[in-house]
Amino acid sequence: MTIQFNDETFRDDYTFRNSDWAIKRFPFPFHEDSYMYSVNMEQHKGGPAGSVYEKRFDVDEHYVSEMRDRAKVLDEDPLRCQSLPHMTLAGWDLLELIMESKSEDYPDLFELHRDGNKWRWINKPLGIDDTFTFLDESTLPYGPMEYITRQAQGDYAVLDQRDDMLWMDAGMITTQADWSLDFDIGMNFFEWHAPVPLAHEKGIFIRALKFLLNVQQGAPARRLNWTMTVNPLLDTSPEHYHKWGIQKTELTAENIGQKQHLRVELQTFFRLPRSNALVFPIRCYLCSFQDLMTMPKWGRRLHRVIRDLPVELATYKGFIDNRPLMIDYLSQFDDGLPTSPGIWPDRETEPPLQK
Amino acid sequence: MSKFEFPPSIPSRPVWGTLEARSGKSHLMIADAEGAEAILDVATPEMMANTHIIFISNGTDYADKLRTLNPAQFYEGPSYPASVQRIQRVLSAAHMGLQVYLAGTESLMGQAMNEAVNAGIPHTAIQTEHRGSTARRMQCVHCKGMTENVEMDPFVCSHCGLNLFVRDHYSRRHAAYQGVCIDAEDPGNVPEPKGIYE
Repeated sequence: MTIQFNDETFRDDYTFRNSDWAIKRFPFPFHEDSYMYSVNMEQHKGGPAGSVYEKRFDVDEHYVSEMRDRAKVLDEDPLRCQSLPHMTLAGWDLLELIMESKSEDYPDLFELHRDGNKWRWINKPLGIDDTFTFLDESTLPYGPMEYITRQAQGDYAVLDQRDDMLWMDAGMITTQADWSLDFDIGMNFFEWHAPVPLAHEKGIFIRALKFLLNVQQGAPARRLNWTMTVNPLLDTSPEHYHKWGIQKTELTAENIGQKQHLRVELQTFFRLPRSNALVFPIRCYLCSFQDLMTMPKWGRRLHRVIRDLPVELATYKGFIDNRPLMIDYLSQFDDGLPTSPGIWPDRETEPPLQK
Repeated sequence: MSKFEFPPSIPSRPVWGTLEARSGKSHLMIADAEGAEAILDVATPEMMANTHIIFISNGTDYADKLRTLNPAQFYEGPSYPASVQRIQRVLSAAHMGLQVYLAGTESLMGQAMNEAVNAGIPHTAIQTEHRGSTARRMQCVHCKGMTENVEMDPFVCSHCGLNLFVRDHYSRRHAAYQGVCIDAEDPGNVPEPKGIYE
């Protein structure tokens, strides 16, 4: 299908909206009626037609507006994009991966023409037509990682691999769930995850690291992660927390359906060929509670998950104070009927709400 | 003087060790204030013949005791910022076989370690020992300014004035812990500060 790109904002007046198409394909992150951390990795080799899993780098109706929001964040704070000196080659690897994937997966939107190291890149939605020399930084307006990730939805952490460890040595991070690239850059896998509660004790990170160290070229992996955000604010950075934190207190029984958003990260992992780095795209999808409730299965399940979530997780994810309000709202959409396994809405088979 | 036992914490929080004399062609020892005691504990005449001590006194009077060790080179500086160019210069001329020892406050060890790492020495090869003040060097995540000698939690950022709480999340590159606004969701509601380890 041809994507109609929205003209919308993720700040101030928050004109962000999901179309029916976007709601239907929203990556609902709960495959059962409860949630606990797990190394929920699977191969990233496509998925149901139209789903966010189908393409290597999903492009949706929010693309153009998200890229505009990213440019604003970077204008205000260039430290959101950083690359340690040894990571430039990985940046070129990433540029190649995204250009190849997007031009193959969305030929009507993106074109890549290569003549040796002379490359021409056409990005129709953003009106870009650039010719440059591959591996020659002086021929691009930004470094290679910054250049291509200004044109790709989601955050990008580029991880160096050495000493059987992953190191957060480069990234483009403007749609993050409250973590700072500027603070975490240079840390190893365990260090940048240090503030996460419970998961260390459960051995989650040891197993995840083992898995990630072995991700092979051409065999990317993926998982979903989630949190909660009041208002469709993409840039929930710690840098600006003193400005957006107050929005969490503006939730009421009347506005929660519209203001409260489930924030889902589609995390993928690709091995890069020349640098042997691992790129970790973290793609953020937002969906309001009221839009989620149009899927009866998601209404039933979200209520049960949020109600039963351990206090530590609700605190870490930053919604412990709003949880009672959420449960009150969500309980209206839970009639106690069983739900089908898996994340898909199963609209044809799940019964409508019985109350 | 007894050593402070830091409570167990998260994996990004540095764990400091105890200095031991290692064999090496030369030795660089950087310490501040009570960190001098850790040097005095491990120094031997053989080692001192090839040792450069950089000591930041911070108002203490350990310098004379260190001088009596008779190190090959001795420098006393009034503060870390006053000494950092010298540290960089010394590290830039370092050869294989140099042993680096850091002792004293977390701020001193963190910053000097960063200089050593920038000079190509892996952080795991650097010995450390905490002595003296447990005050922290804190980075405000909002304005990025560093506030030195933070002993209380919460504290006021010395640059932007926000009320920050003290996290254990630590960055070796910044040689600092992270400070985050404590009253963002309830402006003005700032708890009474208490000691970080109280």
